[in-house]
Amino acid sequence: MEGWDPNTKSTLTQIPLLSTKAGPRDGAAWTQRLKEEYKSLIAYTQMNKSNDNDWFRISAANPEGTRWTGKCWYVHNLLKYEFDLQFDIPVTYPSTAPELELPEIDGKTQKMYRGGKICLTIHFKPLWAKNCPRFGIAHALCLGLAPWLAAEIPILVDSGMIKHKDDVSSTSES
Amino acid sequence: MEVELKDIIDDLNSLKRSLPDPSLQASVLQLRLRVENLIRMAKSGPVGRPKVKDMSAEVVDSNPYSRLMALQRMGIVENYERIRDFSVAIVGVGGVGSVAAEMLTRCGIGRLLLYDYDKVELANMNRLFFRPEQAGMTKTDAAVQTLSDINPDVVLESYTFNITTVQGFETFMSSLRNKSFCPSKEGSGVDLVLSCVDNYEARMAVNQACNELNQTWMESGVSEDAVSGHIQLLIPGETACFACAPPLVVASGVDERTLKREGVCAASLPTTMGVVAGLLVQNTLKFLLNFGNVSPYLGYNSLKDFFPTMEMKPNPQCSNAACLERQKEYVQAKPARDAAAKAKMEAEMSSITECPLHDDNEWNISVIDDNEVDTAGVPSADALPEGLTRELPSADEFEKSLAPGTDASVDDLENLRRQLEALNAD
Repeated sequence: MEGWDPNTKSTLTQIPLLSTKAGPRDGAAWTQRLKEEYKSLIAYTQMNKSNDNDWFRISAANPEGTRWTGKCWYVHNLLKYEFDLQFDIPVTYPSTAPELELPEIDGKTQKMYRGGKICLTIHFKPLWAKNCPRFGIAHALCLGLAPWLAAEIPILVDSGMIKHKDDVSSTSES
Repeated sequence: MEVELKDIIDDLNSLKRSLPDPSLQASVLQLRLRVENLIRMAKSGPVGRPKVKDMSAEVVDSNPYSRLMALQRMGIVENYERIRDFSVAIVGVGGVGSVAAEMLTRCGIGRLLLYDYDKVELANMNRLFFRPEQAGMTKTDAAVQTLSDINPDVVLESYTFNITTVQGFETFMSSLRNKSFCPSKEGSGVDLVLSCVDNYEARMAVNQACNELNQTWMESGVSEDAVSGHIQLLIPGETACFACAPPLVVASGVDERTLKREGVCAASLPTTMGVVAGLLVQNTLKFLLNFGNVSPYLGYNSLKDFFPTMEMKPNPQCSNAACLERQKEYVQAKPARDAAAKAKMEAEMSSITECPLHDDNEWNISVIDDNEVDTAGVPSADALPEGLTRELPSADEFEKSLAPGTDASVDDLENLRRQLEALNAD
């Protein structure tokens, strides 16, 4: 974890760790894991709100809790850029991390796999593997998605690949 | 195309009518004849070969299997025609998988199951097999199109979904279990699974399925820099599974902001992928048709043309529960395996008549069994020579389960879901 900024580190230490090693095919153990996922997501969201650093919404899209959808946003030059966020819980979870998808910017950056899956290989996968099964969805968002947005969105905006929604509507009106 | 050509004829007809100069009439007529010829050619299309009922060893130009059946005459394969009874599943129809599928198709494999959810792209054209006009088709459809033209005898099944999702995985498992092709076969419905995927998640999914089904499989891979690759044989319980020895993970410890722009576009070469596909299918043929030595692991370093081989035993502390179960079964089956090996040895021995190798033994040289030395000299594989101690504690307690969550106050899933939704609402 050397090299990570102190903010991320202190946030990370406050997200509750998980303990049940179970995937979506493990029946009751998965329900237990799902409860832990919810607890750590609730704690992380609350923490973000109290620190005025709210930056995502995520909720299970099916009762089994194997598909999740929501939004995430990033503020750059005082403008807020918001994106749809979605992912599936892989069948080999938690041995393998969820593949976080931002379908709206699919094809706009090299640091993304097909379908809008953000590249987590270098900065996040090793951490996930080392901390299995203690890391969950909240950790994936904190250590996987947040730094990706911080690195990619400014470049995408500055290079004109993505436009702020106000700019898009004003150009279409004129 | 046909419609387009008919339009040309109409245009030519009107041109002919409006032409004032009769000397040009002849050339217009000739043009029309040529277009009509093109229409006939377009209608007939390429001619494929009909299906072949039995593989024949007859050496004639029209026999697609004569060169393969010659393997029997050369004493390499005992019964080549058995290949028609085998089913092989290929997961990932990319640079390696598509070429492996073509090789097996040309070898006359009985049945191929193809799994991929990607589409053919022009960026794939630096590799073999797919053609530019197939861009936009799913890889499985494009592969079936080409392969059924090459060899109509092969039964092709295509599955277009992501095997790492819960639903995709269930469909994957049930397609492997399906025994309608060869109902008398023991175990699952396929003889071998070939993993030709390009990511860790999919490999772990194949590993999970094969461990649960007790299905032998082979893994293949080409490095991101396109200059090395490997193939590996995985027999659940007997050899290391993919989760037994996880890839070496090293956090680079670099701030993401400084990493920025290297991109995730991996390099690839048709050569390396072709070599790896060749090694993979060669090992597959040896495994199925029972000839030569099946390599447990074979690496390929193209920069130095180095081909390392090694064996990997399963990890008794593997994180995969199904792997541990298979390991247990394998240990329990040891007496039966030993008895079979002994019977085989005895059968071989009885065919060779005993006689002394050398008539005299001037220096009293004797041969001592390796096994006896082992058991006498080294008490156990784990023991260290006197005076040495291990620096790290042994990992016997690795499997100790983590303490369950202590917070019992909020333990209702629905309640937790509502809490998160409430947070999401504002």
